[in-house]
Amino acid sequence: MEALLAIGIGALTGSGVWLLLRPRTYQVVIGLSLISYAVNLFIFAMGRLRSGAPPILASSTGRLADYADPLPQALVLTAIVIGFATTALFLVVLLATRGLTGTDHVDGRER
Amino acid sequence: MDGWTHHLLIAPIVLPLASGALLLMYDERRQFLKGVIGLISTLATLYIGVVLLRFADNSAMGVYLLGDWPAPFGIVLVLDRLSALMLALTGVLAAAALVFSLARWHKAGAHFHSLFQLLLAGVNGAVLTGDLFNLFVFFEVMLAASYGLVLHGSGTQRVRAGLHYIAVNLAASFLFLIGVSLIYGVTGTLNMADLARRIPALADGDRALLEAGAAILGIAFLVKAGMWPLGFWLLRAYPAAAAPVAAVFAILSKIGIYVLLRLSPLLFGSQAGASAGFGNGLLLAGGLATVAYGMVGVLASQAMGRLASHSLMVSSGTLLAAIGLSDAGVTGGALFYLVSSTLTIGAFFLLIELVERGQNPAADILAVTAEAFGEEEQEPEEAAGEAFPGTLGVLGACFAGCGLLLAGLPPLSGFVAKLAMLTAVFAPAGPAVEAGLPLAGWAFTALLILSGLAALLATSRVGIRLFWAPIDAAVPRVLVVEVAPIAMLLLLTLALTVEGGPAMRYMERTAQSLYSPGRYVESVLSAPPVSASGVGELP
Repeated sequence: MEALLAIGIGALTGSGVWLLLRPRTYQVVIGLSLISYAVNLFIFAMGRLRSGAPPILASSTGRLADYADPLPQALVLTAIVIGFATTALFLVVLLATRGLTGTDHVDGRER
Repeated sequence: MDGWTHHLLIAPIVLPLASGALLLMYDERRQFLKGVIGLISTLATLYIGVVLLRFADNSAMGVYLLGDWPAPFGIVLVLDRLSALMLALTGVLAAAALVFSLARWHKAGAHFHSLFQLLLAGVNGAVLTGDLFNLFVFFEVMLAASYGLVLHGSGTQRVRAGLHYIAVNLAASFLFLIGVSLIYGVTGTLNMADLARRIPALADGDRALLEAGAAILGIAFLVKAGMWPLGFWLLRAYPAAAAPVAAVFAILSKIGIYVLLRLSPLLFGSQAGASAGFGNGLLLAGGLATVAYGMVGVLASQAMGRLASHSLMVSSGTLLAAIGLSDAGVTGGALFYLVSSTLTIGAFFLLIELVERGQNPAADILAVTAEAFGEEEQEPEEAAGEAFPGTLGVLGACFAGCGLLLAGLPPLSGFVAKLAMLTAVFAPAGPAVEAGLPLAGWAFTALLILSGLAALLATSRVGIRLFWAPIDAAVPRVLVVEVAPIAMLLLLTLALTVEGGPAMRYMERTAQSLYSPGRYVESVLSAPPVSASGVGELP
């Protein structure tokens, strides 16, 4: 499971960075979104990978080792919301540039 | 500070946040009302900042447990000398920029006042928080507001520069998240004080991972601070932004510096075992490179906006290099320099707009954007204040003041700041005395003096061109409310010089407490919840 997740995060980050460096604003937005998926998975993985373990204590007895770490899940939620909002904001700016400069090149003009 | 005054600690965040939300309720046509609300909120925040500064100077640290959870489990707000200093500095700069904007700029686009207050809330929160992830949240609040503000006034130039600014800072935010989660994965905590306690006890196998996390986190702050290979976005975004926005952005770069100043001695100070001093070499080298780059840029700048943003890079670089030297004496001087240079560059960005108003048709562009936005642009401007007599003389005097401050010449505070840093470099207080002045010390000294010379050359060249040899002597139309904030900022630097003794003592005590963080860690982790100790009483 670890290897699969690591490869997934790597592939998402790699494609994201490549797209981020492309000259079209739309590619930049998609690149940023891919990176944000990768980062969210990464935060999640930092709580150690567990399957079938609840994050909330069910009773006062039992060992903590039987539970998943709830903190990274809370962090991911926050990061998703913030990432979503900033990406939406970026899309608006992208549209404004398109309207003002008449091109979707990130520098506002074709080379 | 007990009873209800305890809650003053969270007021610098809640007050601007609430008034930012309140301002959204009012229609854009009620500019006067919005201006009044924004001004009251900003001045109140400034006042609270000054109260907290005096509290931090006199007595202990303030720890505010959010939700009354004890320290490593809940999020804490921590007030110590450094954060109080940043709060007061933010308040001063924000008040000046807001007053300046009331003359005309706040009408150049929608929601200026809301965004301004939210920016203030984000900056104050980033300065007060004692938790890494909470720091991320406040960073995002601050950045989201700044994305809006950088586009304020619209126009091709701003939107184009804003696109780069947003893309770079979004990428930096992802690096921030990766760094924070790596640190959490290794240590299992995000509380800064708890981190400082756990890092010395880390297993050797985990240490490399922690340092990688810290390095990635550091890059996010260095992007914000504008270190040399990471700071090119700054040179386009700041001159393109509206003048009051650029002035208040002078504090945004300093927030990156603030976090490094907070975390570097706390997490990787002398007590950190094998990780002690991690990253200092890089900060020093990067800082010196930034000073060198900024210096060349200052000399090469034609437009004044570029001159100011290169000066900002010089100031960032100087501070980064001073942190990299990792000496309490140098840091004390650097804190003084931080205050002085932030006030200077803020004033300089404001001044540039006034001077250039006579030079090129910038005012007309503003009128056009205001028109496109659908405002009645001319009529309220008359009501804002009288045109200023002897305009060129006053502007010239302010410009000369900025020049002296940037170059670090007496009698203003730029000189005191540089003198304090150089004195500390030549007479180190730490154990590394025997070896004589190391190469890093020489490089720092040389670049500090050379960058001052470059600033002097560049500002006097621009000054002669603008004030002594005007080709077409068009006197810019300037209002009292526009000159007053600039004069206030410059007078503050004068006051900083006159009161240099007490100010310097405050900075030195701040630096000493940064480099011996035992008390910070202890007071955060031992802060009692309110429910346990009766009425909220600080330790």
